[in-house]
Amino acid sequence: MTTVFTLQIDGRDVAGSEGQTVMEVAEENGIDIPGLCHLEGIHDRGACRLCMVEIAGTPKLAAACMTTIVEGMDVTAHSERLLEYRRAITEMMFVERNHVCAVCVANNHCELQDMAADLELTHFDLPRISPKVDIDASHRLFAIDHNRCILCLRCVRVCDEIEGAHTWDVMNRGLDTRVQTDMGIPWGDSTTCTSCGKCVQVCPTGALFEKGRAVASGSKRQRPFLPWLKVVKEERGQ
Amino acid sequence: MRRTIVIDPVTRIEGHSKITIQLDDRGEVVDAHFHVTQFRGFERITQGRPVHEMPALMARICGICPVSHLIASAKAVDDILAVEPPPTGADLRRIINLAQIVQSNALSFFHLSAPDLLFGFDADPAKRNIIGLARENPQLARDGIGLRKWGQLIIEWLGGKRIHPTGIVPGGVAEPLTADVRDRILAGVPEAIAAVERAIAWYKTDMLRWEEEASTFGNFRSAFMGLVDRDGNVDHYDGWLRVIDADGKYLADRIDPHNFNDYIGEAVEPWSYLKSTYWKPMGYPDGIYRVGPLARVNVAERMGTPRADEELERFRWRVGRVAGSSFHYHYARLIDTLHCIEKIELLLRGPDILSTHVRSRAEVNRNEGIGVSEAPRGTLMHHYKVDDDGIVLWANLVIATGHNNMAMNRAVLQVARHYVKGDQLVEPMLNRVEAVIRCYDPCLSCSTHALGEMALQIQLLAPDGAVLDELAR
Repeated sequence: MTTVFTLQIDGRDVAGSEGQTVMEVAEENGIDIPGLCHLEGIHDRGACRLCMVEIAGTPKLAAACMTTIVEGMDVTAHSERLLEYRRAITEMMFVERNHVCAVCVANNHCELQDMAADLELTHFDLPRISPKVDIDASHRLFAIDHNRCILCLRCVRVCDEIEGAHTWDVMNRGLDTRVQTDMGIPWGDSTTCTSCGKCVQVCPTGALFEKGRAVASGSKRQRPFLPWLKVVKEERGQ
Repeated sequence: MRRTIVIDPVTRIEGHSKITIQLDDRGEVVDAHFHVTQFRGFERITQGRPVHEMPALMARICGICPVSHLIASAKAVDDILAVEPPPTGADLRRIINLAQIVQSNALSFFHLSAPDLLFGFDADPAKRNIIGLARENPQLARDGIGLRKWGQLIIEWLGGKRIHPTGIVPGGVAEPLTADVRDRILAGVPEAIAAVERAIAWYKTDMLRWEEEASTFGNFRSAFMGLVDRDGNVDHYDGWLRVIDADGKYLADRIDPHNFNDYIGEAVEPWSYLKSTYWKPMGYPDGIYRVGPLARVNVAERMGTPRADEELERFRWRVGRVAGSSFHYHYARLIDTLHCIEKIELLLRGPDILSTHVRSRAEVNRNEGIGVSEAPRGTLMHHYKVDDDGIVLWANLVIATGHNNMAMNRAVLQVARHYVKGDQLVEPMLNRVEAVIRCYDPCLSCSTHALGEMALQIQLLAPDGAVLDELAR
């Protein structure tokens, strides 16, 4: 039998099962904790750090998506301090690569853009890095523009956990970190890619997109389809 | 002692520029230059981008004529995909392009140039602007604002938004037209036609006052270039290039726009960021030609719509079969606008205009593409090269204002020679030098100074750089 824990998030009494994360419990109770790497249906990895919350009794902030609940936990998900950090993190995501919303395929369908709007990030204080970053358009159907990648690694996880192809992975370190296909070969030459398009569907920005899509005409599905795929997979005993 | 007069910046045009006038020892004008002082770099910025992004990227060149760049760019990408938009998709592109020309022509005539025509070139600059125009002749101001609004609304309804719309895509347009939008546009046609016709009537009675200006404002022999359709009538979206000389003789006809590079060369001068294009068979700098409304009415047999054709008859009766003076750009621009409105109505009443088949899809099938259309200011050419994955390797844009560059310089010199005497700077003379530039409605891109409120500084300089005379407004 599952043990049920009671805890508080932003002063509200909530309950969850043992093993659930703060993020999951918050979602179930309609409390919005921001996040760009978290996606229902694939494992969390705490990459974006936007879901950092305060936990009473610990001086350190904790990522809500990576922290499992315990009995009597007192979580603050929204505070001035957290808002400042979240703004700073989002700003860093923008200045690290080259995000030009006006001419982006994901304009008006972009989770990073929405995040900036929600957090009221009106301008950048940090200097832009403006790196010279490539586009790989060698795949027949899809392309990746690394300029817009925020390294959430949803593509890596969905490809591995749901599709089972593990075409995507990560290479290099620090500012040079890039997602890669197979062992860093052009996407079009990949022998493992099944062209299923899940990576494109889960990408929060316009980094992964269908070729031929014009500006602001991205095609991200609104319906959260991953949990369904996961259930089907489990029922078939795969 | 040689001196130089500098007009910097030139006001009531779109973009940033300055004019210099060089005087010799006796205070006579020896040379004059129109300098474009801004640098954009779009041909470089777009390198490395996926080709499907090009229309939207190119639209960002300008907030006044984004549609023109969208159209030429989408056509160039069509060429790379080797597709033709479905007929309805092409017609919807035509309509949005015509609406763009209506609103931009209205801006040029009513907002930027009409103040000079209404108050005269010698009038007080504080009064000589769109605000003064609204006080003195409210109907004229309202008509200008109304026409611009109508054009902008069509762009918004068809393209999604007024500035930098996203509805024009490679292969056609993103969305089909609805009956509701069609009817809303049609409802505005009678008033739009009435507004232009009022302006034409006013201009014609007023025109006689400007005989001197008409004879000196860029009045010279040059070739003209524009797109014409199968019947030799004006075509703003497609067709063939026709080039005529000052007597109306064809220098070339039915040039496939894809071959424009065989006929048109681009020269770079150290004193301007604007390239000078020239008619290759005549070489540089002799191959001077003009584009834009005046060129369109000069090269075409007819406009192809009844009211505009009637007006074209009168125009030709007054100024000749081939109008040589750049002053007549104004009159031609009004006729062009009238035609655009009539053509929008014709297209909207077409039987298939509500068809939902408005976009063709294809992968990259060619490594090179060219798109040519008529922008408000003249023929616009986009030329791209891409790799097999559709990544842009190279882009070249030949812009209407570039075609007119040599003609503008010649016009500035002519006006300066006629009106600038001695080393005294006087306001009316300077405004005439600016006004001749405005005839061409140059789009130097990016910013608009529609109210003419920008500070104007003119300096008369001695060879050692000392300021001999200075005027500011």
